[in-house]
Amino acid sequence: MDKRREELIFQGLMIASALIVIGSLVYVLVVVVLKGLPALNLAMLIQTPKGGYYLGGEGGILNAITGSLCLAGGATVLALLLSLPIALFLQVYSGKSRFSEFTRLSLDVLWGVPSIVYGAFGFTIMVFLGVRASLLGGVMALTLLELPIMTRAMEEVISMVPFELKESAYALGATRLETAISVVVKQSLPGILTAILLAFGRGIGDAASVLFTAGYTDNLPSSLFRPVASLPLAVFFQLATPFPEVQQRAYASALVLTIIVLLISLGCRLVGGRFTAHVIR
Amino acid sequence: MANPHISVHNLNVFYRDDHTLKDLTVEIPERQITVIIGPSGCGKTTFLKSLNRLVELVEGTKISGQVLLHGLDIYRPDVDVTEIRKRIGLLSQRPHPLPMSIYDNVAFGPRIHGLKGREELDRIVEDHLRAAGLWEEVKDRLRAPSSRLSAGQQQRLCLARGLAVEPEVLLGDEPTSALDPISAQHIERRLLDLKENYTIVIVTHILRQARRLADYVIFLYLGELVEHGPATDFFNHPQEARTRAYIRGEF
Repeated sequence: MDKRREELIFQGLMIASALIVIGSLVYVLVVVVLKGLPALNLAMLIQTPKGGYYLGGEGGILNAITGSLCLAGGATVLALLLSLPIALFLQVYSGKSRFSEFTRLSLDVLWGVPSIVYGAFGFTIMVFLGVRASLLGGVMALTLLELPIMTRAMEEVISMVPFELKESAYALGATRLETAISVVVKQSLPGILTAILLAFGRGIGDAASVLFTAGYTDNLPSSLFRPVASLPLAVFFQLATPFPEVQQRAYASALVLTIIVLLISLGCRLVGGRFTAHVIR
Repeated sequence: MANPHISVHNLNVFYRDDHTLKDLTVEIPERQITVIIGPSGCGKTTFLKSLNRLVELVEGTKISGQVLLHGLDIYRPDVDVTEIRKRIGLLSQRPHPLPMSIYDNVAFGPRIHGLKGREELDRIVEDHLRAAGLWEEVKDRLRAPSSRLSAGQQQRLCLARGLAVEPEVLLGDEPTSALDPISAQHIERRLLDLKENYTIVIVTHILRQARRLADYVIFLYLGELVEHGPATDFFNHPQEARTRAYIRGEF
């Protein structure tokens, strides 16, 4: 086969794969918008479910929207508090030691664990401690889910900070901590932001890990120790009813979830621009 | 030598299985420019970075021997490495400004060493930007990101940043090699001005630059110290055959 044709065929295959990926994304979005948009109204966004909501009655999913924000927000904050120090430790302090390699391997294994396992694990611990399904339980299960994603993503961007940049800081007499915080974190801030977003997106969309640990309720979140609703479970429960109008609301809920993730991504991009002004390219 | 600032005794550096520096013993005179020359891979940079302990950041490096800074062995276990690096600054091969504004780059060193006063910092930043010959070009945009400067300006910013921690010794690892001729000249002129107050050690592979700058020359070849001495003697009456060959450009 001549080179030109080979080139064309493989270019075609690559474009086709790209189209499959973009196509599925577009298809999902179109289905969610087409089926969800007609059922979406203001009442859905600002009301909690009233009696008979799941039979087609009045009400909304404010309980699930606020619940999901609390769950994913709390878990993202906790995961950030843990993963930034881990990532900095792995990259700035320990380098290629055996311990750090083992830590990386553990994180990769954790990344691959299905989220239902985190849910079951969290549930077992909660039973042992005598705690009921609650916001706290859900936040902890989601933190475990988000932690490896966030840490590995952060570590990846931190590893791209040029050695010479760190060396410049050390040459001025900076300690490793000073170098880590004022040089390494500053330089990799855009990537760190992306890592946080990635983990948040994964957390807010996960159903299995909150199923047992956070429970479900028609009320707004009121306490760390009470059950909370979440959007993925709202989608699941509504879709599981036999009533078409409730099923439509499931799509509307999915649309709300998608829009939340989208808005937060856009928000981070906007705010992120301010932090990235000083990054050395 | 009248006044050695740094004395190196039997310095050996190993990197994994390589014996990078072989038993170097040499003295570096105070407030003069010492130039280290030699073909690539001869250990020039390793030698330079072993003078402020940056060499130990590379994993798998082993060091033996003594480096005395005014009599203090910088490798003694109880010596604070950040203190050593504060006293011995480095200008690296390529400019590496820190990811912050021009002002913050220069203020970085003084800040980590505990200086907080606003006016004091303003004065330090201005003084050292002037000393590096950059003040006039940046005085109206001190808050701008340092990445917006040209490579030549960045290197002078790095010089100002290094001077701002008030070191006694300034190391330069081929500090002009990534710059255009005009910017390189700028840096060379600064170094000649600065030797009044600082002991300067420069690595270069450009012989003409060595002739322009050097008061004292150290010639390394394959990790060994071949010859060292005052610049006029070194260039006019080299003792070793290898030095003569290198000066004639035969390597």
